[in-house]
Amino acid sequence: MLEIRNLHVTVEGREILQGIDLTIGPGEVHAIMGPNGSGKSTLANVIAGREGYTVTAGEVLFQGKNLLEMPPEVRACEGLFLAFQYPVEIPGVANLYFLKAAVNAVRKYRGEPPVDAMDFWDLIHERMELVKMDESMLKRSVNEGFSGGEKKRNEVFQMAVLQPYFAVLDETDSGLDIDALKVVADGVNALRNAERGFLVITHYQRLLDYIVPDVVHVLVNGRIARSGSKELALELEEQGYALYNEEPGRARRAAA
Amino acid sequence: MTDSSQTLETLANSDYKYGFVTDIEQDTVPPGLNEDVIRLISAKKQEPDWLLEWRLNAYRHWLTMTEPTWARVHFPPVDYQSISYYSAPKQKGDGPKSLDEIDPELRRTYDKLGIPLAEQAVLAGVAVDAVFDSVSVATSYKGKLAEKGIIFCSFSEAVREYPELVRKYLGTVVSYRDNYYATLNSAVFSDGSFVYIPPGVRCPMELSTYFRINASNTGQFERTLIVADAGAYVSYLEGCTAPQRDENQLHAAVVELVALDNASIKYSTVQNWYPGDAEGKGGIYNFVTKRGLCQGRDSKISWTQVETGSAITWKYPSCILRGENSVGEFYSVALTRDYQQADTGTKMIHIGKNTRSTIVSKGISAGHGQNAYRGLVKILPTAENARNYSQCDSLLMGDQCGAHTFPYIDVHNPSAQIAHEASTSKISEEQLFYCKQRGIGAEDAVSLIVNGFCKDVFKELPMEFAVEAQKLIELKLEGSVG
Repeated sequence: MLEIRNLHVTVEGREILQGIDLTIGPGEVHAIMGPNGSGKSTLANVIAGREGYTVTAGEVLFQGKNLLEMPPEVRACEGLFLAFQYPVEIPGVANLYFLKAAVNAVRKYRGEPPVDAMDFWDLIHERMELVKMDESMLKRSVNEGFSGGEKKRNEVFQMAVLQPYFAVLDETDSGLDIDALKVVADGVNALRNAERGFLVITHYQRLLDYIVPDVVHVLVNGRIARSGSKELALELEEQGYALYNEEPGRARRAAA
Repeated sequence: MTDSSQTLETLANSDYKYGFVTDIEQDTVPPGLNEDVIRLISAKKQEPDWLLEWRLNAYRHWLTMTEPTWARVHFPPVDYQSISYYSAPKQKGDGPKSLDEIDPELRRTYDKLGIPLAEQAVLAGVAVDAVFDSVSVATSYKGKLAEKGIIFCSFSEAVREYPELVRKYLGTVVSYRDNYYATLNSAVFSDGSFVYIPPGVRCPMELSTYFRINASNTGQFERTLIVADAGAYVSYLEGCTAPQRDENQLHAAVVELVALDNASIKYSTVQNWYPGDAEGKGGIYNFVTKRGLCQGRDSKISWTQVETGSAITWKYPSCILRGENSVGEFYSVALTRDYQQADTGTKMIHIGKNTRSTIVSKGISAGHGQNAYRGLVKILPTAENARNYSQCDSLLMGDQCGAHTFPYIDVHNPSAQIAHEASTSKISEEQLFYCKQRGIGAEDAVSLIVNGFCKDVFKELPMEFAVEAQKLIELKLEGSVG
């Protein structure tokens, strides 16, 4: 459902992604691991359509459509979701109101009428349980004054309500203690099914104990240095990224 | 420049949809200001001698004054001799006796503005006084209000029917010597609204005045006086529009509120005068003096304003907290775009013991708009245990606009507790992207964020008007964000 071919991306003239190839099918969970500065978040942002990134070569297809031609809100309406590494605060806008605006924007795009208030209420409450969210968070302004854990939980909650076809989780584990990590992982796992694809970006293997991926990719210096099964994550945990960092050429041979 | 700031920049140029002119025969006094003009206005209104005297005193005092220059606004000098000080739609006889007698052209004007003069119409439950240029043309629900002893009528009618009430309170809050524009108003005011709520009565519906400037080269100088007697409550709303014209027009109103013991007045404004075009040509100079006196103990006056129109806004709805335990509030959203300028804020004068005041000001600047908050919190020696909380937030859209904050705090009693918070922010690319990633397009995202910014003020407006205000802000921001 997501096909990335030979993707080259520059930021302020510097090439960050240097030819990414990645294909993720329906129902698959892929993890991308890599050291700081390897281009993990750049990949997430380019997929979601954030400004400031220039695609110099390559293409990204989402369910067969050219993703790079779509503005970010259209990508979202097409069913693409990004769980942000640093969710932003929107003062004065209640979480519930924001979610309803988002749900209705997507429905409008799909030619559906605005969501029925009662149906929405039921959906919200069902999904709140999924991430063990407190009702008071609905009334609070979007992410305002939320702790790091609450913010990440709120991202997964939004994902659960919006029910995207494909979700990118950008370091959703960063800043979480083990309990919060489990809650977030449980939420993600509950959304896994045969159709929905996930790209889980993380720095640490720990998250992958809870969200078990089908495929693990190692991203180093803007290239996928190696791909493998979930055991690869454990291997990385033991050996670190140093091997790839120092000699990317050799690492690529190792992957081949 | 990035895509979204371009969207924000170009999101402007929503047309001013109230810019039409009503083609109606008007009785307009030739331009110019002198004692004869004042006598003429007074005569047209068949005013008692004391009021003419009051006007003339104001005029004579005005001649000794100079325009204030301390506000952070810039405009070419106003030629007061080129303005016509009275203009009224021509009518047969003494004016409409009932709503049915209103000139159909006027009725159409108000229909077009969405202001129902018919009592069964959309905003049922809101009584409207419609002021067209210099005169009140209609007041609805008078009968129903009279049953409770509530007086809601045009100022001219009040002078005729309730001269003792008018005389007792006129100028007691804003004296005719108060300031340049208020003094001018005192000399030439033509009409406005008068409200009196008798003791213990809770006004059962929103009262509303709708001001419309139609004629060209005229100034609008209306005067509103609201008195809430002991234990009374009233919620009052005013709205304003004007045709789109290339020249600037002066609007110098005065509003006086008086709250006696345990009385409460809630005064809301949605101001949408013509702001001038995108190059800053034309528009209304909105130079207004609004002040409330919390005369009685436990009284309360609350100002809420949503200022979106006018080329220049110069107004400081204020509260004089004389009664013990009295409460003053000021909630404001001021939006400037294109070349609009706003210098607005409040004065909270604490005189009585245990008086409390709250100030929440939200300034939004877009395009080349300039927005200043100017406020004074003054605690007099008599004001034991006075408290004030002020919050002034500015939101900038684009890099050509400006936000300025001038808070003055003057404390003469050591028991006072004053808190002031201020912030300036921009709609960030991050916020926009976050909304977009959830499927919400740029324009909707901007109105969502701006409405969030204004929430603390909008929630103070009566329900129907909160929705209107929200829509108005959205309309104003269409295309202008940055």
